[in-house]
Amino acid sequence: MESVFPLLTLVIWLPIFGGMVVLASGDRDTNLSKWIALGIAVLTFLVSLGLWIGFDSATADMQFVERGAWIPTFNVWYFLGVDGISMPLIVLTTFITIFVMVAGWDVITYRPSQYMAAFLIMEGLMVGVFSALDAILFYVFWEAMLIPMFIIIGVWGGPNRVYATIKFFLYTFFGSVFMLVALIYMYFQADSFSILDFHELELGMSAQVLIFIAFLLAFAVKVPMFPVHTWLPDAHVEAPTGGSVILAAIMLKIGGYGFLRFSLPITPDASASLDWLIIALSLIAVVYIGFVALVQQDMKKLIAYSSIAHMGFVTLGFFILFALLRHSGESTGAVMGIEGGMVQMISHGFISAALFLCVGVLYDRMHSRQIADYGGVINTMPWFGGFMVFFAMSNAGLPGTSGFVGEFMVILAAFRADFWFAFLAATTLVLAAAFTLWMVKRVVYGEVKNEKVAALADLNRREVFNLGALAAVVLLFGLWPAPLVDVMHKSVEHLVAQVSVCKLPAAQAADCLLARPAPVAFLAP
Amino acid sequence: MEKVYLTIVLAPLIGALVAGFFGGRIGRRGAHSVTILGVGLSTALSFYVLAQFIWNDLPVFNDAVYTWMVSDGIRFEVGFLVDKLTALMMTTVTFVSLMVHIYTIGYMADDEHNWPHGSKAGTNSYQRFFSYIALFTFAMLMLVMSNNFMQLFFGWEAVGLVSYLLIGFWSVRESAIFANLKAFLVNRVGDFGFILGIAAIAMYFNTMDYAEVFAAAPGQADTQVNLFGGVSLMSLICILLFIGAMGKSAQVPLHVWLPDSMEGPTPISALIHAATMVTAGVFMVARMSPLYELSETALSFVMIVGATTAFFMGLIGLVQSDIKRVVAYSTLSQLGYMVTALGASAYAAGIFHLMTHAFFKALLFLAAGSVIIAMHHNQDIREMGGLRKYMPITWLTALIGSLALIGFPGFSGFFSKDAIIEAVSGATIFGSGYASVLLTFGVLITALYSFRMYFLVFHGKERMDDHTRHHLHETPWVVTVPLILLAIPSVMIGWFTIEPLLVNDWLTSGDWHPIVVHHGHDTLHHLADHWHGQWAFIQHGMTGLPFYLAMGGLFGAAFIWWLMFARNPKLDEQIQAAGGPVTRLLLDKYGFDDFNQRVFGGGGQSLGNALWNGGDRLFIDGALVNGSAHSVGRLAGVVRHLQTGYLYHYAIAMIVGLVALLTIFVGL
Repeated sequence: MESVFPLLTLVIWLPIFGGMVVLASGDRDTNLSKWIALGIAVLTFLVSLGLWIGFDSATADMQFVERGAWIPTFNVWYFLGVDGISMPLIVLTTFITIFVMVAGWDVITYRPSQYMAAFLIMEGLMVGVFSALDAILFYVFWEAMLIPMFIIIGVWGGPNRVYATIKFFLYTFFGSVFMLVALIYMYFQADSFSILDFHELELGMSAQVLIFIAFLLAFAVKVPMFPVHTWLPDAHVEAPTGGSVILAAIMLKIGGYGFLRFSLPITPDASASLDWLIIALSLIAVVYIGFVALVQQDMKKLIAYSSIAHMGFVTLGFFILFALLRHSGESTGAVMGIEGGMVQMISHGFISAALFLCVGVLYDRMHSRQIADYGGVINTMPWFGGFMVFFAMSNAGLPGTSGFVGEFMVILAAFRADFWFAFLAATTLVLAAAFTLWMVKRVVYGEVKNEKVAALADLNRREVFNLGALAAVVLLFGLWPAPLVDVMHKSVEHLVAQVSVCKLPAAQAADCLLARPAPVAFLAP
Repeated sequence: MEKVYLTIVLAPLIGALVAGFFGGRIGRRGAHSVTILGVGLSTALSFYVLAQFIWNDLPVFNDAVYTWMVSDGIRFEVGFLVDKLTALMMTTVTFVSLMVHIYTIGYMADDEHNWPHGSKAGTNSYQRFFSYIALFTFAMLMLVMSNNFMQLFFGWEAVGLVSYLLIGFWSVRESAIFANLKAFLVNRVGDFGFILGIAAIAMYFNTMDYAEVFAAAPGQADTQVNLFGGVSLMSLICILLFIGAMGKSAQVPLHVWLPDSMEGPTPISALIHAATMVTAGVFMVARMSPLYELSETALSFVMIVGATTAFFMGLIGLVQSDIKRVVAYSTLSQLGYMVTALGASAYAAGIFHLMTHAFFKALLFLAAGSVIIAMHHNQDIREMGGLRKYMPITWLTALIGSLALIGFPGFSGFFSKDAIIEAVSGATIFGSGYASVLLTFGVLITALYSFRMYFLVFHGKERMDDHTRHHLHETPWVVTVPLILLAIPSVMIGWFTIEPLLVNDWLTSGDWHPIVVHHGHDTLHHLADHWHGQWAFIQHGMTGLPFYLAMGGLFGAAFIWWLMFARNPKLDEQIQAAGGPVTRLLLDKYGFDDFNQRVFGGGGQSLGNALWNGGDRLFIDGALVNGSAHSVGRLAGVVRHLQTGYLYHYAIAMIVGLVALLTIFVGL
């Protein structure tokens, strides 16, 4: 069903063109540019709420579909659409961008209009990634996204920003070229760049494995998964607060989204035979990274490592399906695993954004991210201390906050597949609490450590708005995740059904690890 | 009734929110009024509900309030199960909480002195404290009133959160923020087991709802799980859940956080770390009796852990000199008694002791707090003495609390503890002999440490400095009235409730059994069969070994720490010195803290450093990432020589290439 009103186009291009307007308005009247930027961010968010309101959660079909010819020679289309998996991520993107604008308000003094414009353009590109249904369109958004982020870290970053940007760029670029090759290969098989056509494509095992690995390289870097995660701490440390927020809250999610949109439905058989790899890497992320996070001296690095550990739950939840099928022959638990991973992505978007904003609040005042430079902050910043403890608890997965929901669902799902998966995943209960609360103890609590801490001023209204709004959503989805989970149900069930069926050609039917029943009814148009 | 139950839960929450967010505006008076009003309303309604169960046969309530989410066919709900067991817990929790609220008005009156000068962290600390304890009441009520495992975990962690906030209430004190982190992490180790237990339930029962799980449990009694070479599903679930209880109810070896939690203000030591939160594990196991009855392995495990805690933690209480720590170790020991009762399938006795203990232990803590106020926050019992004549109400109520604790005939603790000891002696499962011996001799230990403290504090010479002595006086009425109100049930509640709880099967009968006991496990039936009224029970008790041990302890303590001590003020130190290695072992708390600090604290950090430096920095970044960057660089360095920029180099290369190509083509 094609959409009458091009809502998705609006959500993509409004911030991009808006960003250009902000660029054009320049820094002659900084205030004006800032207000324009904020206005566009808020407007984009409001428009994107139309996606949520108009979303029909009773179907797994793509919605708000738009389709227009782009490069007809190669059958490339301007093809957009969302389902229950991408829609929440788009709203998350537009929501978080507002806070980036507000957080940079007084803090960014060097070319503020360009800073804001970069984030607006970034926002449009990220929405584009989540809504593109044409592989080339997806790829263009995917790569274009690197440019504003490269500039954000490179221009407004810390002292070691050049190393960090190059590392960030090469790492992610390295992953995505293989993806491009895979996409082109599939174009020749399907004679189409439509991602939905890719889903239907019959592929042999060796082709699937190669495609799976190509995608894995691209997505694993973005998530990031162990062992291709080391760009993230460096990028975070050097990025300005807003950059860290977008990086952690949205960009990492693009990797997770890629697994759901590409890897699983396109190469289910390869996924089934290589799922052990993903599960192993996910569990390593939870346990290994948990210990690494424990000993970090830099708050941003600590939160960056914490992000990697939390994203381990996402990939674990996504790939638990095949172990479930092997264990019990049924896919019960798979939906919960994937939904849990999705909830974890959304929730981590809020919590990591809030934690990076918290670090930003301190950094703006003391220009240090070292834990050792702080201590007893609560004596001078009690409101800040309260927020920090709240978000730390959310990060540690306290029930009642959104941080609990995804982890809980993934642990429940993992237990069905294998006790030891759940056992290792559940170590996060102790590890995440240990590294987060230990940081809180050293930074927030205790006696005033030094003169600088003694001179700290508590949160201003701008900061209270930011942290307060994020705290509200963290609580809301912690106390009532149903609205979030309900929009995903149909799409995730559809995905599970899709992935549970062998896609190998008839000649290789003997190699099917997955069931090979008649095509599922709802795949037909 | 749903509205009543919602009111019971939400009234403290609203109080907490108002006091927390508007504390500055409504002031101290406003904050304590609004929270006391909220908790008071809950208390009144809880008593109403209990009365309805006792006299009007109120039907059991089991329904959802709202659906949290639905995923993969499992409904996750927030809802209430209110039966007799719940009603009993609700009244205990709200009543003790109300007493603590009132008491706090006095105890925290001068709290601004506890904060460094100029620290904004102390702003409105009084209001914040009330907000926290009201929030705790809400969380604890959600825990006991839950009708499903998810909400149980919610309440479970929420009380843990408030406990964390309250232990670290004086957030600038290093010892306090060490203790609260430790408490949270140790509890998280327990919750680690707990959540796996819940996951096992989700997997095998496909529901979170208690009633559905209990109904389906007998059908899974013989299910084996392919783990460690095959274990029974029920044993696995019960032991995993019990690991959670070991954290929350501070059972060996997860007990280490409780003594340190005494860093928090005394009212919360009474409310959270004695009367209510730490008994959540006991309540949980009793609530899950339909599951535990299906696994003797789990019951044995529970019993052995409980008895070990009961006896060995009591011993540590003998050498403590901080008044709150003595009471804390006593709490550990008493929790051990309750847990042992659970292991013996005497769930009703465990709950009975939970209730009596809530009253007399809250009383003892609040009395200790009263002493601490009078002593200007000196907590060392070696520097007290003779307080009896300065603080008559505190003295008398503390005496009542101590008598109840040691099980003096007729006092509430006598009934509950005797019932436990009797039930355990009748148990036949593995470990019951061990448990029975430890519990019986634990009575002697209990009497010794209780009255050692009592005599050192209230009798003998006044050993405090002159300044303190001149200012000694009874504490204000907001402190003493709760003491008196808690002293009354400490004396009488056992007499009035033993008959319905343990003899008339109030908790184990009816259409819905709050507690299920299988026939072969019914260790309380002996008590019920030979029941001839409370007097007969007391008389019978006075012929048993526990009675002699309690009296021996009481008089022994009186002899040593009252009579002898008056002549020789160095006596306590001399006794400890005579203990030699035993004393050292007790003072080291059997080395648990050192071990944890070294192995888990230090070990975790070393491992983290090793992984970070060895894995991330050296291997991944050093060898792989920067390594490949360097390799590319080196390769480029070699290849670069090909691009010299000299035309004749290129010309030669072209000619050589042309010749080579021609050779190949022609040759082919």
